[in-house]
Formats: sequence, C-alpha cells, structure tokens
Amino acid sequence: MWAAISAAEAGARVVIAEKGYVGTSGPFSSANTGIYYIKPDDPVHREGTVEARLPLAFDLADKLWIERTFDQSYANLEAMARWGYKWPRNEEGKEYRGRLRGPDVLIFLRRRLQKLQVRILDHSPALELLASNGTVAGAQGINRQSGEAWRVDAGAVVLATGGTSFLSDVAGVKGNTGDGYLMAAEAGVRFSGMEFSSQYAPTAFDGVLSRGAHLDYGSLYDNNGKPITRGRQTVDAILQTGAAWAILDKAKDEDTRAMVRKTHAHIILHLERLGIDPFTQKFRIDFRSEGTIRAAGGVLIDDDLSSDVPGLFVAGDLATREKVTGAGPPGGGPAAAWAFASGSWAGRSAVTFARRIGNVAGRRTEPLGEAGLRPRHTADPALIPQELLAGIQAEMLPFDRNYWRFGPYLEASLKRFGSEWNAVRDGLAPPSAGDGGPTPRDLLRARETAAMLATARWINLSALERTETRGLHRRSDFPDLDPSQTHHLISGGLDRIWVERQPASPSLHTEQRALAS
Amino acid sequence: MIELVVDELCIKCDRCIAICPTNVFEATESGIPAIARQEDCHTCMSCELHCPVDALYVSPRGVPDPVDKDEIVRSGLLGSYQRALGWNRARPGGSDDDPGVLLRFQRKPDPDDKVRTKLHDLSLRKYI
Ligand SMILES: Cc1cc2nc3c(=O)[nH]c(=O)nc-3n(C[C@H](O)[C@H](O)[C@H](O)COP(=O)(O)OP(=O)(O)OC[C@H]3O[C@@H](n4cnc5c(N)ncnc54)[C@H](O)[C@@H]3O)c2cc1C
Repeated sequence: MWAAISAAEAGARVVIAEKGYVGTSGPFSSANTGIYYIKPDDPVHREGTVEARLPLAFDLADKLWIERTFDQSYANLEAMARWGYKWPRNEEGKEYRGRLRGPDVLIFLRRRLQKLQVRILDHSPALELLASNGTVAGAQGINRQSGEAWRVDAGAVVLATGGTSFLSDVAGVKGNTGDGYLMAAEAGVRFSGMEFSSQYAPTAFDGVLSRGAHLDYGSLYDNNGKPITRGRQTVDAILQTGAAWAILDKAKDEDTRAMVRKTHAHIILHLERLGIDPFTQKFRIDFRSEGTIRAAGGVLIDDDLSSDVPGLFVAGDLATREKVTGAGPPGGGPAAAWAFASGSWAGRSAVTFARRIGNVAGRRTEPLGEAGLRPRHTADPALIPQELLAGIQAEMLPFDRNYWRFGPYLEASLKRFGSEWNAVRDGLAPPSAGDGGPTPRDLLRARETAAMLATARWINLSALERTETRGLHRRSDFPDLDPSQTHHLISGGLDRIWVERQPASPSLHTEQRALAS
Repeated sequence: MIELVVDELCIKCDRCIAICPTNVFEATESGIPAIARQEDCHTCMSCELHCPVDALYVSPRGVPDPVDKDEIVRSGLLGSYQRALGWNRARPGGSDDDPGVLLRFQRKPDPDDKVRTKLHDLSLRKYI
C-alpha cells in the first residue's frame, strides 16, 4: 500500500492489484503490530533504536540501513498523523505511535489510496508478470469474483505479496502463498537469506491468532509445571514434555487486567471465545510456523529496492530484510517499519524508472508465468494441489524438520521437492470445470501451490548450505554459530536451483566509507 | 472460522462479500450472503468488524466449529469484537484508546535480559 501511495504522490498513475481486499488482507488485519521508528530530534533514541536489535542480527545487518529504515518509518507515521490517524496518548498528553491497530490502519490507508485516485483492483490476484525485451512491463491475473481476466501494462512493477507460512494454521495468512517469489523468479531475480525463514510464534492451542504481546503479562510452563521462557524453551517443552502452558498472572489487579483486555483486545477476544479466562486459568499454547512472514530472507535488492530485473521492484516481507535485522527476527517492530519504508522507496524508485522509460503504449510484451499456469505437457489429473500442499507442509511445518533443521531431512526433502517440481512443470494445471475452463479458485490454487513448492526449494537448499545455527535458521546437527559463516547465501533458479555465498559487505556502508576516504 | 450469518439481522448490504479477503461469501437470490467456502476462511474476523449490523459470528478456531444460532444471539457475542475495539456499526474508532501506553502500565522487564531492557527504555522514549 505504501508503494502505491508514494508512487501516486510522485505523480504517477497507479494500479494496485490485491488477491483479497485492500484494507482487510494480509497478516496485519487480525491484530496489533508494533512498529519501530527513530525520533529525529532525540540522539539517545536514535542510537538506542539502531543498536537495539543488533545482538539478534548476528553480524549481517548494516547500521546505515537500520537508520535509513527507521527514519523513513517515522516519516510514514508522521504522514499518517497529518492525514488524521488517531494515536493514543499517555498521562502527559504525549502521543505514542509505536503500536498500530491492524484493521484500523489498513482501512485508513485504503482511504488514502482512494483520495490519491489509485485504481484499486480488489479480489484480483496477479498470476504472472509481463515482460518486454527483458524489462518487466506489467502484470496480469484474474478477478476471482467475476472470473474476468485483468491486465495492466506499466512502466514499472512493485511486487509486495508478503511472505508465506505455507498455509500453516495462523490467522490472516491464507492469501500469503509466496506468489511473488515465483513471479519474481520467473522474471530472473536472485534471493538472499532464504534460510532465515524459520519464524514461529505462540498461539492458543485451540486457536489460530499467533501473537505474543499479551504474554509479557504472563508466565509460561512446560507440561510438568516448570517455568520456561518464550521461544526455544517453549518448543523444547512441547517436544520433550508434551505441552506448554501460559497464564497472564502478572496482570494481578483489575486495573491492569482491564488495560490488557483493551490494549490487546484482539488476542483476549480470541481467548475468551475459546472459553479461556487467561488471567486466572492456565491455557495450553502452541508454536506455529509463520515461515517467511516476518522472517529475514527474500528477493535480493539494491539500495533503491530494485531487483536484478529492470522494471521490477520489491517491498515488504517479499524483499530481504537482512540489512536491517540480519539473521534475526524482525517481528515486534522492525518488520512493520520495513514494510512501510521499503514500500515508500520502491514506489518512488518505480516512478523514476517508469519516467526514464517514457511512453509504454504499444510495447510488445510476453507473459512470464509457467509453473501451475502453463504446463509443459498435457495436464496430469493425478497432480492435486491439495495433496502437493500436504507434502510441502509435512516438510516445512514440523518442529523437527523446520524449527530444528537436520541435514539428512533437508536432503531428502530437496529430492522429493525436485521430482515434484518437475511433475508440476510438466503437468500441473487447474481442472477444467466444463466449457468455461477452470474456476478462478482452481486456477489460483494451482499457481499458489507451485509458488509454495518453489519457495520451499530455495529455503531448504539454502538451509542445507548453512551448516550452523544463526538467528532464524537452526540446525539440530549444527547447533552452534560458526563465525566463519558470517556471509549471505544467494539463491535462485527454477528448474535448476542453486545457492552461493556472498561476503557480508553492506553496500551503503561501503559507499559511505569510500566517500569518507 | 466464520460460522454464522444471522438472517434476521442481515440487511443484505453485501459488504461482507466485498471485504472478505479470502472470498468466503457468495451472493444468493434471497439476498442473504451464504458462507460458500468456509474452508477458505482464515479467521481474521474482518467481516465481523465490517458488518454494520453485527450479524456475523466468527469462531476463533481454525477448523469448522458449528455453533447454535440462538445461543450465540443470546450470549451477546455478536458485535463484541467491534465493541472491544471501539468500532461502531462498521465505522472505525477507538485507535486512540489504548491504555497500554500509559506510563503506569509500562512493565519493567527482567534486568538480566539486556535486549528487552533496552527495548523497554526505548519504548518509553517513543512518545512524540
Ligand atoms: C501474527 C503476526 C504478527 C506480527 N506482528 C508484528 C509486529 O508486532 N511487529 C512487526 O513489525 N511485524 C509484525 N508482523 C509482521 C508484519 O505483519 C509483516 O512484516 C508485514 O505485514 C509485511 O507487509 P507486506 O506488505 O510485505 O506483506 P503482507 O502484509 O503479507 O501483504 C501482502 C499482500 O499481498 C497479497 N497478495 C499475495 N499474493 C498476491 C497475488 N498473487 N496477487 C495480488 N496480491 C497478492 C496478500 O493478499 C496480502 O494482502 C507480524 C506478522 C504476523 C503474521
């Protein structure tokens, strides 16, 4: 959304195509999200914010990128304030902008898009990119309510399709099927840090809302009643003692409980509808995979959020955030800041690119979509998206395969995924529903499945290559950090996937040093 | 997952069809949207928020969880999400009402946890 806003503000004609509905789609929709920013006039805050997550970045972040990102997110929040978003205030009447109420913010930004006369295509998944002589020149897809095809010819494209959790049981993520990774790869991009993608978060055992903010007011226990901390210890408790439990016992008085109920209204509502009184009752919790959503890796980017392919820009979870949070989790603030900031930059960069290209009317373009859309051979009815998905999930969700990765399992999964990929390329096509062709839903399912399969392959190939444990990549066979692996893993390819090392030499940093000398 | 469209309350505005991000609802001849693809629901609860008459109920579970309509109507749960946030008849509101930002509620983390302690200090400075 920020890409569309900044492009429109730069004077471009903008179309935004969203699989769901602009204003309710994406993981943002279901609860609160923390956001980082730097107060421009507070040096202590500046330094502190830049340094805050460095211990979790494991030497792969770049201070200049961190600063740049949180300066931009401040500007985004400042703009929202100007447009009339209402922030809470403390006892001293000072505004606090560090927490975003998901549903409110999304609808608020939709109104902004409307005001800027951005053309909004709701329920309009993009199925593929268009290219003209190696330059990305638009996108096309389908309206899943009307069934009509849509096509946009453009001077530049920003992909911001988010990450994917491989459709784990987490609220708000069913649109996040990794389509952007596949579309971008078909255009020829490279990825970075795909192994930093083992992001898990707590949910109530019977629920799906994966948020942990309320647990700041609670204690966690393993199945034997031993206190544990959030994170690895929770996973270990589930694996070794059979369950983990929580209770919000630090919110003792009615005053504090009322505050938690209001501030974390979404989470408490979910718990109460499950019949749980979280303040007085221990409730069973689970840890669910969010995959590449609020993780670290993604499409490799240049300083202006351009990808390797001319005309194609990326933003948000789809782009690598290693320069901001390294190998660590960006959740709790940096991820949202990154989504806002990278979107604003990508939108602006796309406009600059489009202006340089000039008039695009009448350009000859070709569609780039292949897997799950245009099979190489005749459709193979034995290939069922639902079954392929179950196979992908069996590798990408369990604790002992993905939270703790293990060399031999990774090898086996890559072999299995490799032959499945070939089968998908040859014959995965949506079933034809009589004369009208496939339904939009079937068309989308096939393409989404291909995207998740492709994404799982880059992840597991990179995970196999990194023989250590670092941030959001854990290996049970290499449980320690190996300082000699302080590098990035670049990956790519479709039929033949590959991975290679790249020294950690943050570009902005190098540039600045060069300027200084 | 979405479990209920209460016919008696529904005003046939079709807003849930428009805003559902996973396209769960389908227009019908009667005018009352049908839950046509429940398995596509991802429990974001957006439809409850955007329903102007509180006619929808979403269960917090990720699997079908059949409920008794009369019981839900009697329970007062309809519209409880809107009320909890301060929305009213699908109009956003209450984003400024967040007692968690009051200084007296700022919990000090375990002093041994350096990262969290630092984050806590910073969050106190985040006020504009
Ligand atoms: C449970 C949870 C809690 C979180 N909490 C925090 C937090 O406290 N702090 C923080 O900083 N971050 C948090 N995050 C992370 C944050 O929500 C994400 O980093 C952020 O939403 C990323 O924004 P995005 O725009 O890149 O992607 P998304 O918000 O995922 O948006 C991508 C959009 O693309 C659409 N789309 C997908 N495929 C297509 C297609 N083919 N065609 C058209 N549209 C498509 C999707 O429908 C979706 O609307 C949390 C994430 C989760 C899941």
